[in-house]
Amino acid sequence: MTTVVIQTIGRILVPFIQLFGLYVIIHGPVSPGGGFQGGVIVGASMILLALSYDLSSAEARASHKVRIAMDSTGALLFAGIGLVALLAGGFFLEYGIIPLPMAPAEVRGIFILLVGVAIGIHIMALAASLFLHLAEEHEI
Amino acid sequence: MGILEFILMSFLVILAIAVVFARDLLAATIVFLVYSLIMAIVFTQLKAPDVALTEAAVGAGITTLLFIITIAKTTRREEE
Amino acid sequence: MIKQVASLIVLLGIGIILTMAVIDMPAFGDPEAPAHRHVAPRYIALAEEETGVTNMVTAILADYRGYDTLGELTVIFAAGAAVLSLLGSKHE
Repeated sequence: MTTVVIQTIGRILVPFIQLFGLYVIIHGPVSPGGGFQGGVIVGASMILLALSYDLSSAEARASHKVRIAMDSTGALLFAGIGLVALLAGGFFLEYGIIPLPMAPAEVRGIFILLVGVAIGIHIMALAASLFLHLAEEHEI
Repeated sequence: MGILEFILMSFLVILAIAVVFARDLLAATIVFLVYSLIMAIVFTQLKAPDVALTEAAVGAGITTLLFIITIAKTTRREEE
Repeated sequence: MIKQVASLIVLLGIGIILTMAVIDMPAFGDPEAPAHRHVAPRYIALAEEETGVTNMVTAILADYRGYDTLGELTVIFAAGAAVLSLLGSKHE
């Protein structure tokens, strides 16, 4: 039961919402926000697409398989960063020990950003998945 | 406590009571959305913008949509 | 009747105890509260210098308390996997 007005507004707004969500993720280390908040915002843009058009158009842009893959990738990326620190000889998730050609403080900053991106990938897939799977028809 | 905090906190109490006593579940969900937004403003007043952003995105966005889609799948009126 | 009076008395007792406990708590946002004197001053003093990140909240979440964040992510992942396996069976 969507009208032309809703569809047009939704189509115009979705890229801006996604850009803002990516901005929040990338600027997590320097401004309010981070992976969780930005991921939820990007996931909400897919929900807006599903609400303004229909479920299948949102499903076409982020299919079930893609969402499952992103979901797992985010969690594995976070755990993998922890394991890299372990392999470099430090404690689990001790980023400062990872041998990169720069100061330990900068290395920690880079890995904080990477962890934010991992959380963002995970949450954006999950937020879209929760809505799309709840909204579709089921026979119980 | 300034006048703005007093008004916001009073709103929070009134809205929390209204959510509990609303018979129409959709109305209760919308009131809960307003509660989340005012909570986000309170967090901003408390100089916690990270939490405010989370509250606005999760509390007002995702949670409300999940509640609405659940109400659409079940019944709207609470039974006596 | 006697049941209601008894439950009222019990609730009043619990309410009085909780109110006394709340009165004894430190004032809201008190910088001298025990919770704000243990590790918080160290984070405030050294977080930017040690991690090169200006947002202290992100530094604590992703670096100092990274293990907690990983656990949080695991909980969310488990919840999402449970929901997807319950509701997403149409896509198999």
